[in-house]
Amino acid sequence: MQIYLPIAEISVNIFLILGLGGGVGFLSGLFGVGGGFLITPLLIFYGIPPAVSVATAANQIVASSVSGVFAHWRRGNVDLKMGLVLLVGGIFGSTVGVWVFAWLRSLGQIDLVISLCYVIFLGIIGGMMLFEASRAIFRTRRKGGGIRRRKKHQHSYIHGLPFKMRFYRSGLYISALLPLVIGFFVGMLTALMGVGGGFVMVPAMIYLLGMPTGVVIGTSLFQIIFVTANVTFLQSIQTQTVDVALATLLLIGGVIGAQFGARFGSRLKAEHLRALLGLLVLSVCLKLLFDLVIEPSELYSIMPGNL
Amino acid sequence: MSFSPHMFRIAFMAAVTVISATLPLKNSWADALVVDLSNHLVAITTGFTGTDVLLFGAVQNEGDIIVTVRGPDQDMVVRRKERTVGIWVNRESATFKNVPTYYASASNRPMDIIANDNVLKDYRIGLEHQRFIATTDITEVDQKAYREALVRNMQNVGLFNQRPAKISFLSNQLFRTDIHFPANTPTGTYMINVYLIRDGRIASVKTTPLVVSKTGVSAEVYDFAHRYSALYGIIAVIIAVISGWVASVAFRKG
Repeated sequence: MQIYLPIAEISVNIFLILGLGGGVGFLSGLFGVGGGFLITPLLIFYGIPPAVSVATAANQIVASSVSGVFAHWRRGNVDLKMGLVLLVGGIFGSTVGVWVFAWLRSLGQIDLVISLCYVIFLGIIGGMMLFEASRAIFRTRRKGGGIRRRKKHQHSYIHGLPFKMRFYRSGLYISALLPLVIGFFVGMLTALMGVGGGFVMVPAMIYLLGMPTGVVIGTSLFQIIFVTANVTFLQSIQTQTVDVALATLLLIGGVIGAQFGARFGSRLKAEHLRALLGLLVLSVCLKLLFDLVIEPSELYSIMPGNL
Repeated sequence: MSFSPHMFRIAFMAAVTVISATLPLKNSWADALVVDLSNHLVAITTGFTGTDVLLFGAVQNEGDIIVTVRGPDQDMVVRRKERTVGIWVNRESATFKNVPTYYASASNRPMDIIANDNVLKDYRIGLEHQRFIATTDITEVDQKAYREALVRNMQNVGLFNQRPAKISFLSNQLFRTDIHFPANTPTGTYMINVYLIRDGRIASVKTTPLVVSKTGVSAEVYDFAHRYSALYGIIAVIIAVISGWVASVAFRKG
């Protein structure tokens, strides 16, 4: 059954889009990731204009983050103060990002920048995941493994920065500049790539800020809600590329898929899951890289408008 | 004000007679040609996957027919990719003015047999005779390459037809053809020109408009998104927040 998307202005197969949302939802339930980094490239592969894909994915991530944050909130796993500081950075970053997005679009370079961002980030993250997971699988497991993080009271350059703030929930006393900058950077990625940015935010919180792992996911989800909401709002105003019909279809598929994914995931070992996710991320990365490197069959492209 | 077809015909014939009497040496310009469409409105609804519009008509005396369909004009940027540090990047570009958003033609016989190139050129019939001009300062060679690329790209998305469609004559006087509009048809007012050609000359021209517009839910959403974009953004966020919340409540126990 075909449905005409009002903003993307193309006709798509309704079941294919539901399936796409469901598939990515399944994976995000399985691996505990947002899935924005899969949704956006898949929409582009399907033929949705990149600008619409990125803006609409941001809208869809608002929903998936909201549905995820409640469980963390109830368990007290959200560091509200840290979340708000990250959010301030994120709002600025995503606002700048939407502006850069519009500017690159007018230059005809937005598709390239989206692809390059994906290749770089998916390459790094996927490679690291696969490397780390395969080491865990093939070597004997070290006792008390888990994620190593910076010790709280170890002094480094970070502690020399001004504007120190106390974050009680995370047990940190660090400069507010650091989370502001991280928030800003991830906010820009949200605007440019149509991702929540959890895959950058979570490692940054653990390794750079030294937050306890327990509050990382909840806090990250909390601020992603507002940053993606800001991107949705600004893209609506500036480029009119948010397609609510497309977002709703992805959402329905995603919510259902995530439930199945979460159940299925509990039956697999954590390192196997990470290895699989690493492989998946790398294959999306390679496909995008391949498209950039191979000589395209059509060297020319057209776009309505003026130079 | 309305004319009955019969009255119109009488007036028409009278006009033809007067004109042919006053210009005896020229071919009768206003040769009787009647054309209509099965539908003057193409409505893009939520279930729109493309449609065909039937164009039919009649000629009084035998002749060849060419039909052209032209969508509203717009400016187009054409960009060329070049390999830069191993990857393909958009580099040079050119802007073209007055590019139709849609173009299709049809004829009962190959156009070059019906009329010579000069006639087709004068009336801008056929893709190769569209005068979209590059406003960017580029060489003749580049201009040609960009122009061809523009046409090729539009053909690939189905908005320019690859080759003229077929017009079939049911008798010597009645003809019909289907005009195809794909799912990505741009909205606006289209001009359909029907040329009656005899002995290689344009004997008569009929112009009829066709409106392509979005209707129903998708039209309202599009309109809303452009007219009240801030409100649209807020609503999009609210929908997402509510559905996320509903999902978390619905699956809390599961």
